[in-house]
Amino acid sequence: MKIAIPVEDKHYEGNVCPSFARAPFFMVYDTETKEAEFHENSASTSPGGAGVKAAQIVIDYKVTTVLTPRMGKNSADVLVPAGIQLFKTEGTGIKNNIEAFEAGKLKTLGEIHEGFHHHGGN
Amino acid sequence: MKVAVLSGKGGTGKTLVAVNLAAAAEKCTYIDADVEAPNGYLFFKPTETQSRNVTVKIPYVDDLKCTGCRKCVEFCKFNALAYIHNRLMVFEDICHSCGGCLLVCPENALNEKEKPIGEIVTGNSQSVSLKLGKMNLGESTGVPIIKALLEDIQDPVVIDGPPGSACTVMETIKNVDYCVLVAEPTEFGKHNLAMVHELLKGYGKPFGVVLNKTTDQDNPSKEYCTEENIPILMEIPYDEKLGRLNSEGLIAVREDVHYKTLFEQLYQKIEIGGRS
Repeated sequence: MKIAIPVEDKHYEGNVCPSFARAPFFMVYDTETKEAEFHENSASTSPGGAGVKAAQIVIDYKVTTVLTPRMGKNSADVLVPAGIQLFKTEGTGIKNNIEAFEAGKLKTLGEIHEGFHHHGGN
Repeated sequence: MKVAVLSGKGGTGKTLVAVNLAAAAEKCTYIDADVEAPNGYLFFKPTETQSRNVTVKIPYVDDLKCTGCRKCVEFCKFNALAYIHNRLMVFEDICHSCGGCLLVCPENALNEKEKPIGEIVTGNSQSVSLKLGKMNLGESTGVPIIKALLEDIQDPVVIDGPPGSACTVMETIKNVDYCVLVAEPTEFGKHNLAMVHELLKGYGKPFGVVLNKTTDQDNPSKEYCTEENIPILMEIPYDEKLGRLNSEGLIAVREDVHYKTLFEQLYQKIEIGGRS
Protein backbone atom coordinates (compact mmCIF):
# COMPACT_ATOMS: atom_id res chain seq x y z
CA MET A 1 0.00 0.00 0.00
CA LYS A 2 1.21 3.46 -0.88
CA ILE A 3 0.74 6.54 1.25
CA ALA A 4 1.41 10.19 0.52
CA ILE A 5 2.55 12.84 3.00
CA PRO A 6 3.11 16.57 2.37
CA VAL A 7 6.69 17.24 3.48
CA GLU A 8 9.09 20.16 3.91
CA ASP A 9 12.26 18.48 2.53
CA LYS A 10 13.24 15.46 0.48
CA HIS A 11 14.38 13.67 3.58
CA TYR A 12 12.86 10.76 5.51
CA GLU A 13 14.22 12.21 8.77
CA GLY A 14 12.64 15.60 7.93
CA ASN A 15 9.34 17.21 8.78
CA VAL A 16 5.73 17.02 7.66
CA CYS A 17 4.56 20.25 5.97
CA PRO A 18 1.72 22.06 7.79
CA SER A 19 -0.05 22.62 4.45
CA PHE A 20 -1.21 19.85 2.14
CA ALA A 21 -1.70 21.57 -1.22
CA ARG A 22 1.08 24.13 -0.78
CA ALA A 23 3.69 21.64 0.48
CA PRO A 24 6.92 21.86 -1.56
CA PHE A 25 7.21 18.04 -1.81
CA PHE A 26 5.15 14.91 -1.43
CA MET A 27 6.69 11.80 0.04
CA VAL A 28 5.20 8.60 -1.35
CA TYR A 29 5.89 5.69 0.95
CA ASP A 30 5.35 2.04 0.12
CA THR A 31 4.48 0.10 3.27
CA GLU A 32 5.50 -3.20 1.70
CA THR A 33 8.91 -2.32 0.31
CA LYS A 34 9.53 0.35 3.00
CA GLU A 35 10.75 2.65 0.27
CA ALA A 36 10.16 6.39 0.18
CA GLU A 37 10.10 8.51 -2.97
CA PHE A 38 10.09 12.29 -2.96
CA HIS A 39 8.31 14.30 -5.63
CA GLU A 40 8.16 18.03 -6.17
CA ASN A 41 4.63 19.35 -5.76
CA SER A 42 3.92 21.43 -8.85
CA ALA A 43 0.63 22.61 -7.30
CA SER A 44 2.50 24.50 -4.57
CA THR A 45 3.13 27.52 -6.80
CA SER A 46 -0.32 27.61 -8.46
CA PRO A 47 -1.97 31.00 -8.19
CA GLY A 48 -5.29 29.27 -7.52
CA GLY A 49 -6.88 25.85 -7.31
CA ALA A 50 -3.80 24.35 -5.67
CA GLY A 51 -6.00 22.03 -3.62
CA VAL A 52 -7.54 20.38 -6.68
CA LYS A 53 -4.22 20.02 -8.46
CA ALA A 54 -2.35 18.66 -5.43
CA ALA A 55 -5.09 16.08 -4.89
CA GLN A 56 -4.93 15.04 -8.54
CA ILE A 57 -1.14 14.65 -8.22
CA VAL A 58 -1.29 12.32 -5.22
CA ILE A 59 -4.10 10.26 -6.80
CA ASP A 60 -1.92 9.81 -9.86
CA TYR A 61 0.81 8.32 -7.62
CA LYS A 62 -1.75 5.58 -6.98
CA VAL A 63 -1.73 6.08 -3.23
CA THR A 64 -4.62 4.80 -1.13
CA THR A 65 -3.92 6.91 1.94
CA VAL A 66 -2.84 10.45 2.76
CA LEU A 67 -1.32 11.50 6.09
CA THR A 68 -1.57 15.26 6.64
CA PRO A 69 -1.92 17.72 9.53
CA ARG A 70 -4.72 19.55 7.72
CA MET A 71 -6.54 19.76 4.42
CA GLY A 72 -8.75 22.21 2.53
CA LYS A 73 -12.17 21.54 1.12
CA ASN A 74 -11.16 21.38 -2.55
CA SER A 75 -8.49 18.75 -1.92
CA ALA A 76 -10.89 16.69 0.16
CA ASP A 77 -13.58 16.98 -2.53
CA VAL A 78 -11.21 15.26 -4.96
CA LEU A 79 -9.64 12.74 -2.57
CA VAL A 80 -12.69 11.52 -0.67
CA PRO A 81 -14.74 10.49 -3.76
CA ALA A 82 -11.58 8.84 -5.08
CA GLY A 83 -11.68 6.61 -2.01
CA ILE A 84 -8.43 7.92 -0.53
CA GLN A 85 -8.31 7.58 3.25
CA LEU A 86 -7.20 10.63 5.18
CA PHE A 87 -5.32 10.47 8.49
CA LYS A 88 -4.17 13.28 10.74
CA THR A 89 -0.45 13.46 11.46
CA GLU A 90 0.77 14.05 15.00
CA GLY A 91 3.89 16.07 15.73
CA THR A 92 6.21 17.13 12.96
CA GLY A 93 8.51 14.17 12.22
CA ILE A 94 7.83 12.17 9.03
CA LYS A 95 9.38 9.00 10.44
CA ASN A 96 7.34 9.08 13.66
CA ASN A 97 4.15 9.52 11.68
CA ILE A 98 4.89 6.58 9.37
CA GLU A 99 5.57 4.42 12.42
CA ALA A 100 2.45 5.66 14.18
CA PHE A 101 0.35 4.99 11.07
CA GLU A 102 1.71 1.46 10.69
CA ALA A 103 0.97 0.82 14.37
CA GLY A 104 -2.61 2.01 13.76
CA LYS A 105 -2.18 4.98 16.07
CA LEU A 106 -3.14 7.85 13.74
CA LYS A 107 -6.69 9.15 13.81
CA THR A 108 -8.85 9.85 10.78
CA LEU A 109 -8.66 13.49 9.63
CA GLY A 110 -11.93 14.87 10.93
CA GLU A 111 -11.80 18.55 10.21
CA ILE A 112 -11.63 19.97 6.70
CA HIS A 113 -10.96 23.71 6.50
CA GLU A 114 -12.68 25.99 4.00
CA GLY A 115 -9.45 26.79 2.19
CA PHE A 116 -7.82 30.16 1.62
CA HIS A 117 -9.09 30.95 -1.82
CA HIS A 118 -8.97 34.27 -3.56
CA HIS A 119 -6.92 36.10 -0.97
CA GLY A 120 -5.91 39.40 -2.43
CA GLY A 121 -8.90 39.26 -4.71
CA ASN A 122 -9.19 37.92 -8.20
CA MET B 1 -17.92 61.49 -18.37
CA LYS B 2 -17.45 58.35 -16.28
CA VAL B 3 -16.15 58.78 -12.73
CA ALA B 4 -15.18 55.92 -10.42
CA VAL B 5 -15.04 56.45 -6.67
CA LEU B 6 -12.49 54.16 -5.05
CA SER B 7 -10.96 53.76 -1.63
CA GLY B 8 -8.42 51.00 -1.20
CA LYS B 9 -9.65 50.51 2.33
CA GLY B 10 -13.30 49.82 3.15
CA GLY B 11 -15.18 52.22 5.40
CA THR B 12 -13.46 55.42 4.32
CA GLY B 13 -16.62 57.05 2.98
CA LYS B 14 -16.61 55.80 -0.60
CA THR B 15 -20.37 55.34 -0.74
CA LEU B 16 -20.90 58.69 0.99
CA VAL B 17 -18.86 60.45 -1.71
CA ALA B 18 -20.27 58.44 -4.64
CA VAL B 19 -23.91 58.87 -3.60
CA ASN B 20 -23.56 62.59 -2.90
CA LEU B 21 -21.57 63.18 -6.05
CA ALA B 22 -24.29 61.51 -8.13
CA ALA B 23 -26.99 63.46 -6.32
CA ALA B 24 -25.08 66.72 -6.93
CA ALA B 25 -24.63 65.89 -10.62
CA GLU B 26 -28.41 65.47 -10.78
CA LYS B 27 -29.00 63.95 -14.21
CA CYS B 28 -26.66 60.99 -14.13
CA THR B 29 -26.43 57.23 -13.61
CA TYR B 30 -25.21 55.98 -10.26
CA ILE B 31 -23.73 52.50 -10.53
CA ASP B 32 -23.04 50.49 -7.40
CA ALA B 33 -20.18 48.21 -8.41
CA ASP B 34 -19.38 47.26 -4.82
CA VAL B 35 -21.11 43.98 -5.65
CA GLU B 36 -20.15 42.16 -2.46
CA ALA B 37 -21.86 44.77 -0.30
CA PRO B 38 -23.89 47.19 -2.44
CA ASN B 39 -25.45 49.79 -0.17
CA GLY B 40 -26.05 52.86 -2.37
CA TYR B 41 -29.73 51.88 -2.68
CA LEU B 42 -30.16 52.46 1.06
CA PHE B 43 -29.67 56.17 0.34
CA PHE B 44 -31.33 56.47 -3.06
CA LYS B 45 -34.31 54.24 -2.18
CA PRO B 46 -35.00 53.61 -5.87
CA THR B 47 -38.47 53.23 -7.32
CA GLU B 48 -39.60 51.40 -10.49
CA THR B 49 -36.99 48.73 -9.80
CA GLN B 50 -36.33 45.87 -12.18
CA SER B 51 -33.86 43.05 -11.83
CA ARG B 52 -32.16 40.52 -14.05
CA ASN B 53 -29.77 37.65 -13.41
CA VAL B 54 -26.09 37.66 -14.27
CA THR B 55 -24.75 34.28 -15.30
CA VAL B 56 -21.38 32.80 -16.18
CA LYS B 57 -20.61 29.79 -18.35
CA ILE B 58 -19.42 26.66 -16.57
CA PRO B 59 -18.30 23.50 -18.39
CA TYR B 60 -19.96 20.13 -17.95
CA VAL B 61 -18.84 16.83 -19.37
CA ASP B 62 -20.54 14.22 -21.49
CA ASP B 63 -19.19 11.07 -19.80
CA LEU B 64 -19.93 8.95 -22.85
CA LYS B 65 -17.71 11.08 -25.07
CA CYS B 66 -14.87 11.72 -22.55
CA THR B 67 -11.95 9.36 -23.13
CA GLY B 68 -9.95 10.57 -20.15
CA CYS B 69 -7.11 12.15 -22.15
CA ARG B 70 -6.91 14.91 -19.52
CA LYS B 71 -5.98 17.61 -22.02
CA CYS B 72 -8.53 19.89 -20.31
CA VAL B 73 -7.11 19.13 -16.83
CA GLU B 74 -3.61 20.02 -18.01
CA PHE B 75 -4.84 23.11 -19.84
CA CYS B 76 -6.80 24.67 -16.97
CA LYS B 77 -4.51 27.23 -15.33
CA PHE B 78 -7.00 27.66 -12.51
CA ASN B 79 -7.00 23.92 -11.68
CA ALA B 80 -10.77 23.81 -11.86
CA LEU B 81 -10.76 20.30 -13.36
CA ALA B 82 -9.66 16.95 -11.95
CA TYR B 83 -9.84 13.46 -13.41
CA ILE B 84 -10.44 10.71 -10.88
CA HIS B 85 -12.03 7.29 -10.99
CA ASN B 86 -12.31 7.59 -14.79
CA ARG B 87 -14.46 10.70 -14.45
CA LEU B 88 -13.90 14.39 -14.97
CA MET B 89 -14.76 16.63 -12.02
CA VAL B 90 -15.54 20.32 -12.48
CA PHE B 91 -14.95 22.73 -9.59
CA GLU B 92 -17.43 25.46 -10.40
CA ASP B 93 -16.15 27.89 -7.75
CA ILE B 94 -12.63 27.77 -9.16
CA CYS B 95 -13.63 27.99 -12.86
CA HIS B 96 -13.04 31.42 -14.43
CA SER B 97 -15.36 30.69 -17.39
CA CYS B 98 -12.61 31.10 -19.98
CA GLY B 99 -13.98 28.30 -22.17
CA GLY B 100 -10.48 26.97 -22.88
CA CYS B 101 -11.31 23.39 -21.85
CA LEU B 102 -13.94 23.21 -24.60
CA LEU B 103 -11.39 24.31 -27.16
CA VAL B 104 -8.73 21.76 -26.21
CA CYS B 105 -11.09 18.77 -25.87
CA PRO B 106 -10.42 16.54 -28.92
CA GLU B 107 -13.65 14.57 -28.35
CA ASN B 108 -16.03 17.56 -28.03
CA ALA B 109 -17.04 16.03 -24.73
CA LEU B 110 -17.39 19.38 -22.95
CA ASN B 111 -20.29 21.76 -23.12
CA GLU B 112 -21.25 24.90 -21.21
CA LYS B 113 -24.17 25.71 -18.96
CA GLU B 114 -25.26 29.03 -17.50
CA LYS B 115 -24.72 29.47 -13.78
CA PRO B 116 -26.34 32.47 -12.02
CA ILE B 117 -23.87 34.34 -9.81
CA GLY B 118 -25.78 37.51 -9.04
CA GLU B 119 -28.22 40.12 -10.27
CA ILE B 120 -28.42 43.65 -11.59
CA VAL B 121 -31.14 45.88 -10.21
CA THR B 122 -32.12 49.12 -11.94
CA GLY B 123 -34.35 51.92 -10.67
CA ASN B 124 -34.75 55.66 -10.29
CA SER B 125 -34.34 58.22 -7.54
CA GLN B 126 -35.43 61.74 -8.59
CA SER B 127 -33.31 62.51 -11.67
CA VAL B 128 -30.67 59.88 -10.84
CA SER B 129 -30.87 56.48 -12.57
CA LEU B 130 -29.58 53.61 -10.50
CA LYS B 131 -27.88 50.42 -11.47
CA LEU B 132 -26.79 48.10 -8.73
CA GLY B 133 -24.83 44.85 -8.89
CA LYS B 134 -25.39 42.18 -6.29
CA MET B 135 -23.32 39.03 -6.00
CA ASN B 136 -24.89 35.84 -4.69
CA LEU B 137 -23.60 34.61 -1.33
CA GLY B 138 -20.73 32.16 -1.62
CA GLU B 139 -19.62 33.24 -5.09
CA SER B 140 -15.93 33.88 -5.44
CA THR B 141 -15.65 36.73 -7.94
CA GLY B 142 -17.76 39.75 -8.80
CA VAL B 143 -15.87 40.55 -12.01
CA PRO B 144 -18.55 39.18 -14.41
CA ILE B 145 -21.24 41.20 -12.58
CA ILE B 146 -19.19 44.40 -12.84
CA LYS B 147 -18.59 43.68 -16.53
CA ALA B 148 -22.36 43.34 -17.09
CA LEU B 149 -23.06 46.47 -14.99
CA LEU B 150 -20.77 48.62 -17.10
CA GLU B 151 -22.12 47.50 -20.47
CA ASP B 152 -24.33 49.97 -22.35
CA ILE B 153 -24.10 52.92 -19.99
CA GLN B 154 -24.71 56.51 -20.92
CA ASP B 155 -22.66 59.41 -19.59
CA PRO B 156 -22.54 61.00 -17.11
CA VAL B 157 -21.89 58.08 -14.76
CA VAL B 158 -20.73 57.91 -11.13
CA ILE B 159 -19.49 54.47 -10.13
CA ASP B 160 -19.31 53.42 -6.51
CA GLY B 161 -16.36 51.07 -6.83
CA PRO B 162 -15.41 47.98 -4.84
CA PRO B 163 -12.87 48.45 -2.04
CA GLY B 164 -9.30 47.24 -2.42
CA SER B 165 -7.08 47.25 -5.49
CA ALA B 166 -7.67 43.82 -7.01
CA CYS B 167 -9.41 42.49 -10.14
CA THR B 168 -12.84 43.92 -9.33
CA VAL B 169 -11.33 47.41 -9.08
CA MET B 170 -9.43 46.96 -12.34
CA GLU B 171 -12.62 45.88 -14.09
CA THR B 172 -14.38 48.94 -12.66
CA ILE B 173 -11.86 51.52 -13.84
CA LYS B 174 -11.01 50.05 -17.24
CA ASN B 175 -13.14 52.53 -19.17
CA VAL B 176 -13.58 55.42 -16.76
CA ASP B 177 -12.32 58.95 -17.42
CA TYR B 178 -11.49 59.91 -13.86
CA CYS B 179 -11.00 58.27 -10.46
CA VAL B 180 -11.75 59.77 -7.07
CA LEU B 181 -9.91 58.17 -4.17
CA VAL B 182 -11.51 58.56 -0.77
CA ALA B 183 -9.05 58.38 2.12
CA GLU B 184 -9.39 58.54 5.88
CA PRO B 185 -6.82 60.10 8.21
CA THR B 186 -5.17 56.91 9.50
CA GLU B 187 -1.94 55.00 8.82
CA PHE B 188 -3.98 52.07 7.53
CA GLY B 189 -5.94 54.45 5.30
CA LYS B 190 -2.70 55.85 3.91
CA HIS B 191 -1.31 52.36 3.24
CA ASN B 192 -4.32 51.31 1.18
CA LEU B 193 -4.52 54.69 -0.54
CA ALA B 194 -0.94 54.05 -1.71
CA MET B 195 -2.00 50.68 -3.12
CA VAL B 196 -4.80 52.13 -5.27
CA HIS B 197 -2.52 55.00 -6.23
CA GLU B 198 0.02 52.53 -7.58
CA LEU B 199 -2.70 50.75 -9.55
CA LEU B 200 -3.96 54.00 -11.09
CA LYS B 201 -0.45 55.03 -12.10
CA GLY B 202 -0.25 51.72 -13.95
CA TYR B 203 -3.48 52.51 -15.79
CA GLY B 204 -2.50 56.11 -16.50
CA LYS B 205 -5.90 57.38 -15.33
CA PRO B 206 -6.34 60.92 -14.02
CA PHE B 207 -7.29 60.96 -10.36
CA GLY B 208 -7.64 63.09 -7.26
CA VAL B 209 -8.21 62.49 -3.56
CA VAL B 210 -11.06 63.34 -1.23
CA LEU B 211 -9.90 63.42 2.37
CA ASN B 212 -12.74 62.33 4.61
CA LYS B 213 -13.24 62.77 8.35
CA THR B 214 -10.43 65.31 8.66
CA THR B 215 -9.65 66.92 12.02
CA ASP B 216 -6.86 69.20 13.27
CA GLN B 217 -4.83 66.07 14.12
CA ASP B 218 -2.12 64.57 11.90
CA ASN B 219 -3.40 63.14 8.63
CA PRO B 220 -1.11 60.44 7.17
CA SER B 221 -3.21 60.28 3.98
CA LYS B 222 -2.82 64.02 3.44
CA GLU B 223 0.94 63.76 3.99
CA TYR B 224 1.06 61.01 1.38
CA CYS B 225 -0.79 63.21 -1.14
CA THR B 226 1.67 66.05 -0.56
CA GLU B 227 4.70 63.75 -0.93
CA GLU B 228 3.32 62.19 -4.11
CA ASN B 229 1.93 65.41 -5.61
CA ILE B 230 -1.61 64.03 -5.74
CA PRO B 231 -4.30 66.70 -6.16
CA ILE B 232 -6.59 67.01 -3.13
CA LEU B 233 -10.07 67.69 -4.52
CA MET B 234 -11.88 68.22 -1.25
CA GLU B 235 -11.65 67.77 2.49
CA ILE B 236 -14.72 66.67 4.40
CA PRO B 237 -14.15 67.68 8.02
CA TYR B 238 -15.44 65.31 10.68
CA ASP B 239 -19.04 66.41 11.23
CA GLU B 240 -21.52 64.81 13.59
CA LYS B 241 -24.41 66.20 11.58
CA LEU B 242 -23.18 64.48 8.42
CA GLY B 243 -22.76 61.26 10.36
CA ARG B 244 -26.33 61.52 11.60
CA LEU B 245 -27.76 62.19 8.11
CA ASN B 246 -25.82 59.19 6.82
CA SER B 247 -26.94 56.90 9.62
CA GLU B 248 -30.55 57.78 8.80
CA GLY B 249 -30.01 56.82 5.16
CA LEU B 250 -30.37 60.41 3.97
CA ILE B 251 -28.38 62.03 1.18
CA ALA B 252 -26.57 65.08 2.56
CA VAL B 253 -26.71 66.92 -0.78
CA ARG B 254 -30.50 66.67 -0.79
CA GLU B 255 -30.85 67.74 2.86
CA ASP B 256 -28.24 70.38 3.46
CA VAL B 257 -27.30 73.30 1.23
CA HIS B 258 -23.74 73.41 2.56
CA TYR B 259 -23.06 69.86 1.34
CA LYS B 260 -24.94 70.51 -1.90
CA THR B 261 -22.53 73.35 -2.72
CA LEU B 262 -19.50 71.31 -1.61
CA PHE B 263 -20.33 68.31 -3.83
CA GLU B 264 -21.32 70.49 -6.79
CA GLN B 265 -17.88 72.09 -6.57
CA LEU B 266 -16.31 68.64 -6.37
CA TYR B 267 -18.18 67.54 -9.48
CA GLN B 268 -16.97 70.62 -11.37
CA LYS B 269 -13.36 69.94 -10.36
CA ILE B 270 -13.71 66.33 -11.54
CA GLU B 271 -15.16 67.46 -14.88
CA ILE B 272 -12.13 69.69 -15.40
CA GLY B 273 -9.73 66.94 -14.22
CA GLY B 274 -11.33 64.34 -16.47
CA ARG B 275 -11.00 66.55 -19.54
CA SER B 276 -7.34 67.33 -19.09
